[in-house]
Amino acid sequence: MGVEGIGARVLRKEDKRFITGRGRYTDDMAPSKTAQAVFVRSPHAHARIVAIDTSRAKAAPGVIDVLTGADLAADKIGGLICGWMIHSKDGTPMKAGAHPAIARDVARHVGDQVAIVVAETKNQARDAAELVDVTYEELPAVVDLARATDPDAPQIHPEAPRNIIYEWSLGDAAATDAALARAAHLVTLDIANNRLVPNAIEPRSAIGSYDPAEEHFTLYNTSQNPHVARLVLSAFVGIAPEHKLRVVAPDVGGGFGSKIFIYPEETACLWASKRIGGRPVKWTADRSESFMVDAHGRDHLTHAQMAFDADHRIIGFKVATRANIGAYMSTFSSCVPTYLYATLLSGQYDIPAIYCEVDAIYTNTAPVDAYRGAGRPEATYLVERMMETAARELGVDPAELRRKNFIRTFPHQTPVIMAYDAGDYDATLDAALAAADYAGFGARKAEAARRGKLRGIGLSCYIEACGIAPSAAVGSLGAGVGLWESAEVRVNPVGTVEVLTGSHAHGQGHETTFAQLVNDRLGIGIDKIAIVHGDTDKVQFGMGTYGSRSGAVGMSAIVKALDKVEAKAKKIAAHLLEADESDIVIEDGKLKVAGTDREKSFLEVALAAYTGHSLPAGMEPGLKEGAFYDPTNFTFPAGTYVCEVEIDPGTGKTEIVQFVAADDFGKIINPMIVEGQVHGGIAQGIGQALLEEAVYDRESGQLMTGSYMDYAMPRADDLPSFRLMTTETICPGNPLGMKGCGEAGAIGSPPAVINAITDALGIRDIAMPATPARVWEAYRAAAPAMAAE
Amino acid sequence: MYETTYHRPSTLAEAASLFSGASEARFLAGGQTLLPTMKQRLAAPTDLIDLSRLAELKGIEVTADAVTIGAGTTHATVATSAEVARAIPALAKLAGLVGDPAVRHLGTLGGSLANNDPAADYPAAVLGLGATVHTTKRSIAAEEYFQGLFTTALEEGEIITRVSFPIPARADYQKFRHPASRYALTAVFAAQMKDGSIRVAVTGAGSDGVFRAEAIEAALAANPTPSALDGVSIDPAGMLADIHGSAAYRANLVTVMAKRAVGGWAG
Repeated sequence: MGVEGIGARVLRKEDKRFITGRGRYTDDMAPSKTAQAVFVRSPHAHARIVAIDTSRAKAAPGVIDVLTGADLAADKIGGLICGWMIHSKDGTPMKAGAHPAIARDVARHVGDQVAIVVAETKNQARDAAELVDVTYEELPAVVDLARATDPDAPQIHPEAPRNIIYEWSLGDAAATDAALARAAHLVTLDIANNRLVPNAIEPRSAIGSYDPAEEHFTLYNTSQNPHVARLVLSAFVGIAPEHKLRVVAPDVGGGFGSKIFIYPEETACLWASKRIGGRPVKWTADRSESFMVDAHGRDHLTHAQMAFDADHRIIGFKVATRANIGAYMSTFSSCVPTYLYATLLSGQYDIPAIYCEVDAIYTNTAPVDAYRGAGRPEATYLVERMMETAARELGVDPAELRRKNFIRTFPHQTPVIMAYDAGDYDATLDAALAAADYAGFGARKAEAARRGKLRGIGLSCYIEACGIAPSAAVGSLGAGVGLWESAEVRVNPVGTVEVLTGSHAHGQGHETTFAQLVNDRLGIGIDKIAIVHGDTDKVQFGMGTYGSRSGAVGMSAIVKALDKVEAKAKKIAAHLLEADESDIVIEDGKLKVAGTDREKSFLEVALAAYTGHSLPAGMEPGLKEGAFYDPTNFTFPAGTYVCEVEIDPGTGKTEIVQFVAADDFGKIINPMIVEGQVHGGIAQGIGQALLEEAVYDRESGQLMTGSYMDYAMPRADDLPSFRLMTTETICPGNPLGMKGCGEAGAIGSPPAVINAITDALGIRDIAMPATPARVWEAYRAAAPAMAAE
Repeated sequence: MYETTYHRPSTLAEAASLFSGASEARFLAGGQTLLPTMKQRLAAPTDLIDLSRLAELKGIEVTADAVTIGAGTTHATVATSAEVARAIPALAKLAGLVGDPAVRHLGTLGGSLANNDPAADYPAAVLGLGATVHTTKRSIAAEEYFQGLFTTALEEGEIITRVSFPIPARADYQKFRHPASRYALTAVFAAQMKDGSIRVAVTGAGSDGVFRAEAIEAALAANPTPSALDGVSIDPAGMLADIHGSAAYRANLVTVMAKRAVGGWAG
């Protein structure tokens, strides 16, 4: 590896501007004559909108216009869509209700937008929003998955009777039932996956502007995938044809999935700009809005049975899950609890029969969609809680039960679509157990007991699927888009390089890692390489960043473009050096005739390409190549996490005293950035396990955890120092051998934490988040005589 | 935030005069509660009278029997005061546990007491030490000062000027933090005064705000050691209950934190 090439711990190029406050975020953009928007939002979880009187608001100081769902409908602006079609077991398509950008007749969750106020200043817009007089007729609301399909539950969309969007299944029901029937041991668990608020540090923001002369729109917004936003806003919402709509996602302060989706506010700002004659219209969420209307994550209830034979091998796994979709189907909400969830239920294990049913259900809550891990944390949590519970019930070591069931030959076809291409699950398990001194746990537990603490240890052997995904495969499963990626490598006449990528960076460090790839190939210093992304006017169509795909898919596209650049550069060098093209090698930024001292610098070749003075006969001038890369398979990062906790029985407080993560991410470009990704992922996973939960009041449907006063985010002092290590099996499916690392931490850690807590308490299950109060109640229930200190 | 008029008086007299001349004024004494409330448009004072730079409200004075702290003193100042740490280490410790560094450098003793949040830290020390709250109009004993959730004996326009904390023989403050807000989910200030009497004040747990735990005080009066609290339980009936903890949980925490506070007396 070179000092800046693949594998080097290069400091992040982008950090100077982020750390010094020079990042340029959507809210920093201040186009001339920008007007400010505030949304009037429903205070009710479910209400008929009887009437909206905007007259007082329109007369308020500074107000430019106040627009409602009726105005939107009059202008024939289309509704938002869910981009992945799921069919029910009976073959019927999912039953999606309408999703207008501004609610017209019914508000379906607290925070549902019912009007947009546009004014000269934000404070004037806020003042006027309070003057919009909305007459609501409150309707009964249901926020609770367990009750939403009851015959007497409130009906949220007329299209979805009993609030059921689809009843989907995957796998072989008969074979799984047969395995359960002949099981020597059957493990049954009812398990919940808690609802989370994504909490990106930068709230969502949008500036819509319309140029009446050109009939052209521009949208600045906080998007992880600006081209997908443009496609949806053009093709479905009907704002403008794609060539009349530019979408720019500048610096974006974290997404975690929540900024994949096409939200109502962007549509409203674009449309409002046209309505008011073309002045740009800006909206930036305040933190309360982020809590209320950003798409939430997870929220599953699952009943699962895992069948073991007498030798403790898994012979069948049957799962029934109810997934809360919220009040509207967000952009990719339908695929998260289906193809991103049930397809991972084989875990790291050789399971001959799996059957999973998933019911997707509307409730009067914020929409639920992909959040860091998206379906895979839910699958891993279930599988790894089952394995731990099974080990305890079987009386065997949890590590050994896992080891007994590991997949060891590759490729491995699971019963749930996925074909694992490569892995070595023993390697990560062994590495984690050794680092955690698993064998010495008993002594540590005894020592902790002498200090009055309950010590527990928990494992999680996760697998996930990244690099989403082969376009034909996802198309056959209902995806509305292909999931390839694009790149263009532009060599400038002076030998510097610009890489235009369809990936989007919102914290991942692409400006560094992508440059490291170019450095590795062309030998150019990373300070001479610029990564360009996030603007549909600059960059060719691309699919954006989510699902840990920017390495495995995005960088593969860059590799393909670099291949073409190299081929042309070699032709030019061969011509200049009067050598045969096949003898040219690229080393240290020079094109050399192999085995000789004849060489041309990359700069000389680039300059030659652009002067065009001496090129091979018939060659076009210039040195710029593009490529599209469609992956051949998902990639399968996997690993073992070990969590060790100590619980204070007096308060129920859990302290994580040790956390070891052994990951196999395939080829790693920048270990420092990978470690940062894993740190952040584990912090979010521990947040889910110990701290975070979006709670709605069951009667009123109000969000009880609407601010940081009630929604507990992990802080530094909630977390231990993580001990990270990696093993490596090369991914055979892409040219760099990469698997992806962005979500692993969030996927692998929750079951490790809960397994450790249930181990410490000697109980079967505890609901996430395992707050001190919950742990204390569980401890008191498990050991009533010992609960008083 | 609604529009408001900001004033920065230089004397208490000027502050009082500004207050009486405004239609709906609020004093700003750090603003760590008031400003977020105003930003959410849940409070809309016409006038905001900033007390944070009044010299009359500054300063820490230690005598043989008491520590007197100006109401405008920030938590950070109290937390890092060598004099306070020598005289009442538990008080310096408590101040260091309020919020986070940003809050501690803006929030003040007087602001906290005037607000009387049922989960704030300072009320526990004021009640736990039997402190006296001095105002522009009078001196108020701790027992009379706290009158329920966000309610105090302060009258309209009355400003806390300083608080006198009797120096105990020994004391400790044990705080169990709310996982989200980092306020006290339950915290206990336990003191043995120089006359041997026991005072135990609880914040965060009581449905009427800070209170003295009489059952615990009685047990400790007989035997001022942690083991005296074995088997002492608090009635959950008077406890707060919310999504972060049941009344029974908070009642348990009162005993556990009290026991740890008494355990902290050893040093």
